Amino acid sequence: MTGHPLLPTDAPVSLLDTAETAIDGELAVELYRRMVLARRFNRQATALTLQGRLSVYPSSAGQEAVAAAVTLALAEEDWLFPTYRDTAAVVLRGVDPVQAVTLLRGDWHHGWDPGAHRVAPLATPLATQTAHAVGLAHAAALAGDDLAVLALIGDGGTSEGDFHEAVNLAAVFRSPVVFLVQNNGYAISVPLSRQSAAPSLAHKGIGYGVPGVLVDGNDALAVHRVVDEALTRARRGGGPSLIEARTYRIDPHTNADDATRYRADEEVAEARRRDPLPRLERHLRERGLLDDATVRAASVAAEALAAVLRDRLADEPRPDPADLFTHVYATTPPHVAEQRRVLTGEAGR
Amino acid sequence: MTGATMVHALNQALGDAMAADPAVHLLGEDIGTLGGVFRVTDGLAGRFGGDRVTDTPVAESGILGMAVGMAMYGLRPVVEMQFDAFAYPAFEQLASHVAKMRNRTRGALPMPITIRIPYGGGIGGVEHHSDSSEAYYAHTPGLLVVAPATVADAYGLLRAAIEADDPVVFLEPKVLYWAKGQWDPAAPVPPLGRAAVRRRGTSASLVTYGPMLPVCLAAADSARQSGWDLEVVELRSLVPFDDETVAESVRRTGRAVVVHEASGFAGFGAEVAARIGERCFHYLEAPVLRVTGFDVPYPPPLLEHHHRPGVERILAAVARLQWESEWREPAR
Ligand SMILES: Cc1ncc(C[n+]2csc(CCOP(=O)(O)OP(=O)(O)O)c2C)c(N)n1
Ligand SMILES: [Mg+2]
Repeated sequence: MTGHPLLPTDAPVSLLDTAETAIDGELAVELYRRMVLARRFNRQATALTLQGRLSVYPSSAGQEAVAAAVTLALAEEDWLFPTYRDTAAVVLRGVDPVQAVTLLRGDWHHGWDPGAHRVAPLATPLATQTAHAVGLAHAAALAGDDLAVLALIGDGGTSEGDFHEAVNLAAVFRSPVVFLVQNNGYAISVPLSRQSAAPSLAHKGIGYGVPGVLVDGNDALAVHRVVDEALTRARRGGGPSLIEARTYRIDPHTNADDATRYRADEEVAEARRRDPLPRLERHLRERGLLDDATVRAASVAAEALAAVLRDRLADEPRPDPADLFTHVYATTPPHVAEQRRVLTGEAGR
Repeated sequence: MTGATMVHALNQALGDAMAADPAVHLLGEDIGTLGGVFRVTDGLAGRFGGDRVTDTPVAESGILGMAVGMAMYGLRPVVEMQFDAFAYPAFEQLASHVAKMRNRTRGALPMPITIRIPYGGGIGGVEHHSDSSEAYYAHTPGLLVVAPATVADAYGLLRAAIEADDPVVFLEPKVLYWAKGQWDPAAPVPPLGRAAVRRRGTSASLVTYGPMLPVCLAAADSARQSGWDLEVVELRSLVPFDDETVAESVRRTGRAVVVHEASGFAGFGAEVAARIGERCFHYLEAPVLRVTGFDVPYPPPLLEHHHRPGVERILAAVARLQWESEWREPAR
C-alpha cells in the first residue's frame, strides 16, 4: 500500500485567501506570469476563430491556474498528456504557439515534435490519453528513468471506461502517473451532477488504491503544491495519484457552442468573480509580492505571445495535399502510392 | 407535406416515433437540454421528459450496453453517438452483443435498438469528427445499416429504423444536415432495403449512398456535356442490400461506377462491385469501377476537399468505362 491517504479532504486544498503564510514569492509571481500568458492566448485564439483563421478553439479561459501550475511543476524530463482543451498548457510547456494550434487550425492533425518537449498530442477521443500516459510511465520505470507523467482529463472524461482502466493499470503497476481532472463543471452541456454521483471526482481513486486529492483549481498556488507533491512522490516510486482541480469553464465549450442553452448568465457571472487570475493578482499585491512593473512586464510578454500567434498564423504555408499519403505507413503500400500519383496529377492539371 | 432541413426531418421522426410508441427512449450525450450538438433532438426532452430523452454521462460503451439491457426489458432505445469516431468505444457492445443477442438466444432477445451516428466529412471537422465507418458495421452480421441522403428519407427511414426489430446503425450524413427538402409524415413508413433510382439514364449507372448522392447527381448533370446520360442509383440501405434495383439498372446501362466517401480498400464499394459482377457479368461492357476517398486517415479541414470524391473524379472514372467498345460493336 502507498501509506498515503486514499480519500481526499472534504474541502478542496486551498492556499489563497487562507492564513497560509509559507508562500514562495518568486514561484507565485511565475505562476501569475504564466496565467497572464495563458489567458491572453485563450483570448487571441478565440478571436482567431471569429476571423476564420482557426477552425475551432476549445478555450480554457477560467482554467489557467491549472495550466500554469502543472507546467511549472513538471520537470523537463517529465511528460505531459493534454486534451483538446489544453493548448494553453502546451504553449506554457514551451511548444511553439503556431505548432500548438495546428490541429485547431486544420492544416494537420498535430504540429509539434512530441519528444522534443515531452508533450503528447492533444487527445480528442475522451480519456484515451490516460492509458497512454500509464504506458509511457511504465516503460520509463522499466528503463529505470526517474520521471513522472501527468495526464490531464476533464470531468466528463472520467465517465469513460478508459479512464478507469488507466487508473487501475497505473495502480497495479505503481506507475509514476499523476491524473489531473480539470473539473470545469461541464461536459459540453452536461453538468457535473449528471456526470457523477461521487462525493468528488478525487474519490474515484480509492476503488483502485490510488490516493485522491481535491484542490481548489482556481488557486494556482494550491494546485502547484499538490501537483508538485504528487509528481515528486511518483518520481520516487510512490505510485500514481488522482487530483481533482475544481474550476470553471468561463467560455462556451468551443467557439461553435451556444452555452446560453444550458447555463444561466448569472452562473457565469458568479464564476467570473472567482476568476483565478485577478484572484491571484489581488492576493499577491496584498502581500506585496507583485508590483506594477511586474504586472506590466507580464502583460507585455502576453501581448508579444498573442502577436506571434496572429502574425505567424497569417504567414504559414498552405498544407501540401501530397502529405496525406506520406506518413500513413512506414513503407507506403503500392495502392496508396498510386493514389498519391492520382492526386498529384489532378493538382498538376 | 412538411418542409425544412434534414435536421428538422430527423427531429420530427424521433418525436413522431416517441408519440406513437411509449417504448421508444432516447439516450445520448448532450441530447437533452442542449438538443444534441447538431440539434437533432431539440425540444424532445421538454416534450417527453428526462426519462425518455436522457442526457447520459460520457460513456459510449456504457450507453450502448444500457440500451441492450433496456431492449431486454422491452424498450426500443434510440442511441445518439455524438460523432462517428466517438462510437468506437461502443464497438464491443455493438459487435459482441447488439449484433449477436438475437442469434445467441435463438430469437428470445431481439435488439430493436437504433444507433444514430452523424457520419462523414465535408463540414470542416477536426480529427475524429469526419469518419465514414460504415464498412465496419456492414461487415458485422446481425446489424442493419441505413444511410439516408434526402430529407424525405431522413424522416421515413428513421421511422423505419426505429420500428425495425433488428438493430439498425443509422448513418446521418453531416454534410446534408442542413440540406432542405420536404417529407410527408402521413406517408406509410417505407420498408428498409430498397434502393431508389434518383435519376434515369442510359449510359452508365452511378451507385452511391449518403453524402455522395448530391455529388453523383451533379456529376450526371455535367456528364451530359460529354454525351453521357448517367443513371444514379441511391442505395438508402446498405444492409439489407437491394440487389434487384442495382442489378436491373446495371443490366440496362451495361456500366457501373460505385461512389462513396469512405476509403476504398476493403470498403463497402467492394461489396457493391462484387455483387454487380456476380449478377451482371454478361451485361457489363467494362469492369465496375470505384470512386472513393483515399486510403488515408480522414484529412484535416484544409485538405478534406482533396479527399472527398467530386464531380471531376467521378467523370474521370466514367471516361475509363471502355467506351471504345461502343465503336467496335458493329464489327463483332
Ligand atoms: C469518446 C468521446 N466521446 C465523445 C466526445 C465528444 N466530446 C468532446 S468534448 C466532450 C465533453 C467532455 O467534457 P470534459 O471531459 O468535462 O472536458 P471539457 O470539455 O469540459 O474540458 C464530449 C462529449 C469525444 N471527444 N470523445
Ligand atoms: Mg468539463
